[in-house]
Amino acid sequence: MLDTLRGALTRLGWRVTSRVQRLGQASRFLVAILLGSGTAWRRFSLITRELYYTGVLSLIIILVSGLFVGMVLGLQGYDTLQRYGSSSALGVLVALSLVRELGPVVSALLFASRAGSAITAEVGLMRATEQLSAMEMMAVDPVARVVAPRFWAGVISMPLLAALFSAIGVFGGYLVGVVLIGVDEGSFWSQMQSAVDFRLDIVNGVIKSFVFGVLVSWIAVFEGFHAAPSAEGVSAATTRTVVTSALAILASDFVLTAFMFTGA
Amino acid sequence: MSSTPLVKISNLNFAYESRPILTGINLEIPRGKLVAIMGTSGCGKTTLLRLIGGQLRASAGEVLVDGQNVAALDNAALFKLRRRMGMLFQFGALFTDLSVFDNVAFPLRENTNLSEDLIRDLVLMKLHAVGLRGAHRLMPNELSGGMARRVALARGIALDPMLMMYDEPFAGLDPISLAITGELIRKLNDALGASSIMVTHDVPESLKIVDYIYFMAGGKVVAEGTPDDIRNSTDPFVHQFIWGEPDGPVPFHYPAPAYAGELIGGRGIHA
Amino acid sequence: MSRTTLDLWVGFFVALGLAALLFLALKVGNLTHSGGGESYALQARFGNIGGLKVRAPVKSAGVVVGRVADIRFDPESYQALVTLDVEARYQFPRDTFATINTSGLLGEQYIGFEVGGDEALLKAGDTIKKTQDAMVLEKLISQFMYNKASEEPSK
Repeated sequence: MLDTLRGALTRLGWRVTSRVQRLGQASRFLVAILLGSGTAWRRFSLITRELYYTGVLSLIIILVSGLFVGMVLGLQGYDTLQRYGSSSALGVLVALSLVRELGPVVSALLFASRAGSAITAEVGLMRATEQLSAMEMMAVDPVARVVAPRFWAGVISMPLLAALFSAIGVFGGYLVGVVLIGVDEGSFWSQMQSAVDFRLDIVNGVIKSFVFGVLVSWIAVFEGFHAAPSAEGVSAATTRTVVTSALAILASDFVLTAFMFTGA
Repeated sequence: MSSTPLVKISNLNFAYESRPILTGINLEIPRGKLVAIMGTSGCGKTTLLRLIGGQLRASAGEVLVDGQNVAALDNAALFKLRRRMGMLFQFGALFTDLSVFDNVAFPLRENTNLSEDLIRDLVLMKLHAVGLRGAHRLMPNELSGGMARRVALARGIALDPMLMMYDEPFAGLDPISLAITGELIRKLNDALGASSIMVTHDVPESLKIVDYIYFMAGGKVVAEGTPDDIRNSTDPFVHQFIWGEPDGPVPFHYPAPAYAGELIGGRGIHA
Repeated sequence: MSRTTLDLWVGFFVALGLAALLFLALKVGNLTHSGGGESYALQARFGNIGGLKVRAPVKSAGVVVGRVADIRFDPESYQALVTLDVEARYQFPRDTFATINTSGLLGEQYIGFEVGGDEALLKAGDTIKKTQDAMVLEKLISQFMYNKASEEPSK
């Protein structure tokens, strides 16, 4: 009885210390990335290449999902608003939900599962096939050459993708609300414009997606770089990237929202 | 050039976490020679290469490469030293997203300021040396295992290293590729005036090409000598290894309690 | 894939992303209306502001001319002291009448300006003298009930 309790406590303690240790490891890795970013920014073609893989290849999923989310918001929003006779506020509802929350958060979740997992798998495979070691032995720092460009490409892509998601989402809401259901077009746009504030809503949304971009890219390169050098190691790391990113996005979203949209 | 050995390892200990991997290693690689390190799988041979390349740091003892203590170098000095080393990894470790040409050009582009024309000539020369000049446009996934190994070899010698390291260069090769690779290793060593260290467990191929052999077992050097010494060795371990006998000093059985006792009093295992 | 095709795609992606941001800023948001525009502050006191919020619009003749910048309780007059940021291009006479209105029955509350006939104009920092409080629904209902009740016997 006492033994099982002690065993449980030991396991708990071990889990906590190993998590904290990993967090410390990840923080040091982030510092190493930032210190090693000089090469990537001097040779911008390194980042451009990664922008293609993280940004351009995520375009389709972001645009299609954004359109559908906007259309669903249009349908659901109209259904709720018309009960209170305020269907003219549909534009406001669609735009605010997208710009403040759904745009940054959903696009970050999609980004984590599309680009984040791809980064982890790619870097993890380079670890498993000793490409990273080979690079080190050629006197090239893999953090500067492989990790930093991918990290920055993710950080740059994320706000752009979130903006695209929100923009096409608003269009989707317009499509359903105005074109399909027949909400007045003028009030749709004008109410939206008078209710959505540039600094408070749009800039804050961009800040959110920037933070998510840093988090997802950081997690993805960290997991890939520290993956166990085997097939199982890489697949486990890829799963961890998606799960950890999702948790990090949602938790940090709560914190950011609490700072941004309360009290003002 | 001085007659001191290029690599001198003395009293080297290395432990991974608390598990000792290497204990009390003494070893020398003379200049211009090709030295093989042989031993059973998992005896710490690859670890030894990583210690020479500075990717791992020794727990005790020292590794001198060209007179410099590798473990004491800072990053910049270590990178400077590595520019004079080439390493062939077990399965080549080619960059899968770069073509054969770009793979070989990689160390040149990253570490030198040579013009793209000059790099092109150098790359084609290196590829020609391994017989794959015609394959420079291919991607790594279009190459056979033996070809990938040769491209990696061309990449390893791109900066004309003073020390080449080979990690299991013969693993998984068909007999023809194996013979080609062995001959290339020997020829390149002599043509470059480099010294080479080769970790392997392929006995016949190594005995044909190397100048000197160290045998390792259980993290220690257990025997050493020229190929002729080794062939005629009476050391039981060397004898078992060379002739590939299933039982001997390296036992067939993993250490276990007495067989009979475990079968009959079998409860002991799962308790 | 060649460098140029790759660069082209990335360029396309970045341009598209920036266009989306611009669309959000101009078409969805109101950067063109208020962001960074010159404004001046006016003050008004109300006995009861109801559900008025900071950033609620200030409208005159239905057009947004400014926003509520600050709402505070004035411990001397026991009234709500509301600061309004009015766009500099709009000027109002001294005897402008500020009321707290509700858009629709349950909509958001805003401040409406009803323009008087004074020649002199309100300057930055001035206080609007004539104000009307927010209509509080509960009060309206109880007033209505009271009136009904007092009417009843005469019928």
